[in-house]
Amino acid sequence: MKQIARWFGRNLIRVYAVVAFTYLFIPVAYTFAFSFNDSGKSNLVWKGFTLSNWQNPCGAPEVCSALGNSIKIGFLATLFSTILGTMIAFALGRHKFKGRSTTNILIFLPMATPEIVLGASLLSLFLVFKINPGFWPTVIAHVLFCISFVVVTVKARIASLDPRLEQAAMDLYANERETFRRVTLPLVAPGIAAAALLAFSLSFDDFIITNFNSGTMTTFPKFVYTSAARGIPAQANVIGSAMFFLALAIVIIGQFVGRKRKVS
Amino acid sequence: MKKISTPYLLLIPGMGFLFTFFLLPLFNLAQTSTQTPVGGGDTGQYEQTFRFQNYIDAFIENKEQFGRSFLYATIATVLALAIAYPLAYAIAFKGGKLKNLMLVLVVAPFFTSFLLRTIAWKQILGEEGFVVPTLRTFGIISESTTLTSSAFAVVAGMTYNFLPFMTLPLYASIDRIDPRTLEASGDLYANGFTTFRKVTLPLSMPGVVAGTLLTFIPAAGDYVNAAILGSPQTKMLGNVIESRYFKIVDYPTAAALSFTLMAAILILVTVYVRKAGTEELV
Repeated sequence: MKQIARWFGRNLIRVYAVVAFTYLFIPVAYTFAFSFNDSGKSNLVWKGFTLSNWQNPCGAPEVCSALGNSIKIGFLATLFSTILGTMIAFALGRHKFKGRSTTNILIFLPMATPEIVLGASLLSLFLVFKINPGFWPTVIAHVLFCISFVVVTVKARIASLDPRLEQAAMDLYANERETFRRVTLPLVAPGIAAAALLAFSLSFDDFIITNFNSGTMTTFPKFVYTSAARGIPAQANVIGSAMFFLALAIVIIGQFVGRKRKVS
Repeated sequence: MKKISTPYLLLIPGMGFLFTFFLLPLFNLAQTSTQTPVGGGDTGQYEQTFRFQNYIDAFIENKEQFGRSFLYATIATVLALAIAYPLAYAIAFKGGKLKNLMLVLVVAPFFTSFLLRTIAWKQILGEEGFVVPTLRTFGIISESTTLTSSAFAVVAGMTYNFLPFMTLPLYASIDRIDPRTLEASGDLYANGFTTFRKVTLPLSMPGVVAGTLLTFIPAAGDYVNAAILGSPQTKMLGNVIESRYFKIVDYPTAAALSFTLMAAILILVTVYVRKAGTEELV
């Protein structure tokens, strides 16, 4: 008894971590379990095990077109925000210039603005210029809230670089361009990859700004939200679970590749 | 010469984008906020009359939702900090080889849409889930008590949804603490609690500030948790802005409320950051 108490005392923080992770994953496990529910239209009560939802993930109307839109928007928003944000991060992390603090504030402000304000203000701008909400307005909105996160992530990576590595390259007669291409960029690349992954997951999961700027176009989160009233089809659970495993696989493979490169 | 122009070349596209799609819309929103309906016009038609009374009207009409937004966001932020701090500490100091895996696990729930997870909570804690009947059988809650459609559920949902935003910055700053400083504190006869209060906590302050901001700001503007897990009595400011925009087409009020929300958040954030004493925000 005493031994058990002592073990708990020593491992309290580890036990806590397990409990916290369980808490984080309860709804994920629930979503996964109910993707196998033989539910019919409303996936509220357990009615029996079936694989048919996984065999036919597009079985529910609109669910796959919504997913397609989300992937397209996520891809474009990631591309643009990563390029724009990385450029800003290099300017801030590698150069001294006038207007630096103004730039920092302009980067911080979108993160300090609630999504609903970003979404509402952007929509009112589109309405003034008679631009109908839809696909491209949504892409623009997503780039907007992703940029700052990209800048912060890439800037942190640049700040953690050892400046001596670049100096060494210069000492070895590499010019500025070569140094950038062969030393700086490869070293910053993991930061850019992390920023891109973050941007994609923020975009893919966004509901509030999307709801303001997408008009009649559906995205996956919008599909889930609007069908919540009638009951969500189990296919949405299939897609949610599949995305979870896919992302987990990408991250783990990324870690593995990163470690291998470090070793060699 | 070249040194001077490079940073500006790098900045122009991104800053141009932020100017066009962030500052310009805010300016436009400010303009909308003082408009009034066109006399005899259709719904949704407004003209500029510089009616600043709009702000006062909007605030008075919605002061309950205002208070609720800030109250719920504050409670959710404090709860998330309390839950995430020990977790971040465990990952940073006890993670060992599993550190990276644990970090991935913190972010992993993100990839299952947060709406699906929020709805999952609703079903787990709802009448048809297994939690409520079990608690009733054991007499822990009464027959009439429900867990969803309540302020409790809304705050719990926000706490849950923003937990990764709190954990990651906390981890980043706790991980930077040199364990030798903790040993030194112990050598100087500080007990565990004193070491935490005088060494660990002050050194992790940047993470605490970043984490609380990343949780509080989206929580204060959130309306999804209140819409899914709440009831009409738990409506937050976000719900009001959303319905003013889409259901009532009352753009000026929605704009005035958005601006008031943003201003309130910026003031709170500035005061908080000054008090916490960290200049480096992001």
